[in-house]
Amino acid sequence: MTAVADVVAPDARKAGRGVYRTGVILLCAWVIVPLYLLFVNTMSSPETVNSFPKSFIPEFNMGSLNFFMGFQGILMALWNSVVVAVLTMVMSITIGAPAGYALSRFEFRGKELFRLLILLTRAFPLPLLALPLAVLFIRTGLDDTAFGLSLVHTTLAIPFAVLITFSLFSGIPLELEEAAWTLGCTRLTAFTKVILPLVLPGITASAIFAFVISWNEVFAAAVLTIENRTLPAFLLQTLGEAPLHLKFAGGFILVVPALIFIFAVRKYLFAMWGIANR
Amino acid sequence: MEARLLPYFLILPVTLFLCLFFLYPFVLVAQEAFGTENGFSLDNFREVVSYWKFPISMKNTFLLAAAVVPIQLALSLLMATMVTKMQKGRDLVLYIWTIPLGISDLAAGIIWLAIFEQSGFLNSMMVGLGVTDQPVSLLSYQTPWMVFLAIMLAEIWRATAIMLVILVAGIGLIPKEYYEAADVFGASRWKQFTRITLPMLRPSLQTALILRVILAFEVFAVVAALGGTLFPVLMGEIYAYQFDLQNGGAAAALAIIVLIISIVFTLIIMRALRVPKGATI
Repeated sequence: MTAVADVVAPDARKAGRGVYRTGVILLCAWVIVPLYLLFVNTMSSPETVNSFPKSFIPEFNMGSLNFFMGFQGILMALWNSVVVAVLTMVMSITIGAPAGYALSRFEFRGKELFRLLILLTRAFPLPLLALPLAVLFIRTGLDDTAFGLSLVHTTLAIPFAVLITFSLFSGIPLELEEAAWTLGCTRLTAFTKVILPLVLPGITASAIFAFVISWNEVFAAAVLTIENRTLPAFLLQTLGEAPLHLKFAGGFILVVPALIFIFAVRKYLFAMWGIANR
Repeated sequence: MEARLLPYFLILPVTLFLCLFFLYPFVLVAQEAFGTENGFSLDNFREVVSYWKFPISMKNTFLLAAAVVPIQLALSLLMATMVTKMQKGRDLVLYIWTIPLGISDLAAGIIWLAIFEQSGFLNSMMVGLGVTDQPVSLLSYQTPWMVFLAIMLAEIWRATAIMLVILVAGIGLIPKEYYEAADVFGASRWKQFTRITLPMLRPSLQTALILRVILAFEVFAVVAALGGTLFPVLMGEIYAYQFDLQNGGAAAALAIIVLIISIVFTLIIMRALRVPKGATI
């Protein structure tokens, strides 16, 4: 019995490992191949993009990208996207990080209620909020401005900013801060000299996360802007009539920052979700 | 600053911000939905529900969610368990698998459009392999199932990563000792998965499912890029009411309906996957 088991096991294990490896590679291909195909289309001349059949190898022609950059209103939309995303990033961190610190360091009455409010925001389809705000913004003169839109995007990003910074601050022992206090630091200087340098990389990661949330958001952007459209809103609006090469180049430009950003924050991606769940 | 007041001072900005831009808009949207010139009424809802596109867009949204979410759940669980056992190349594989996390729904729709459009890569491949002689129109009103399949694939491709990240983080929090003990008692991999991983993963599964289901009801740009008007969904109808029909009341009423659906599903998931009191990792 044992002899048979010994003979069979290595074979079965080898087969199992083969299946496992193939599975991993297939799943990687599942993610990469569609991206690659978009890349091929972007790097082809407009004529190639609209022709048939398609080659699976890029010809490295900048025609589509040049057409995209020269298209009426694109550069403005690109600029708007960046402005809105940066505003969102700054606001969600400056507003969210103090709350994350408070949650990790203090026991106070109403803490659970506050946590509930933060968690609740994640259980709602937030882009819908753009509808009533559209009216409100017209009354206050914020309609069709980058600032107005970034307020909505900040609402989207804030729960993440609070929960991520909460988990970051929780990862730093309170003793470090207390040691700084005994050495003559005030609460504020202990924070700026000891805690801040330690959490800065993590804060940057969550800021980047906020940037990506805003950069990608379509619905609220399309509802709240008319003249000053962001890139996703602009692309959405032109989906019906735009030529294919414009769509693909636009999609590509939308994707590139995402690739870089996910690479930059990959170390924090899992840590920040781990504690944010509890 | 007095230490007792400090935490309140620190959470004040977020609280004010969320009251102003999260709670207040809900009041506004409800006012707009229920209110007409003559005060409270359900006219907006009647109008929205009786519109011929309402049942279709409702059906499509639910069908899509029902088709996409279970596959994503299974896929992300599979990927998460694959990754935890990986020794070499874990970081690279995780990076690749999480790339879609940063990709917008609109971009995902455009990416899959490159594959499914008439002069796209799928047709090129089919003609190249001799399956068909000439490119077939895949995304037209004559092929509703193809449109559905394209949207489904794009959704699965794009939004599995968010569940994966949450589940990988959750698995990382399960103490290794449990698996060691299971090994000692001779439990199979499958048994370890169903008896340790799944129960311990409940809080993460809860978060992942809530986030994902809410996002599934919000599906909009993927559909706009791939199906256009061929596949009406709830968010698309809200957008159409707001812009094409300039009917804010109807848009608000439909928004309330989407909100209620989202809340109901959140409650169902929370109830189904509730963590027993006092049970923590």
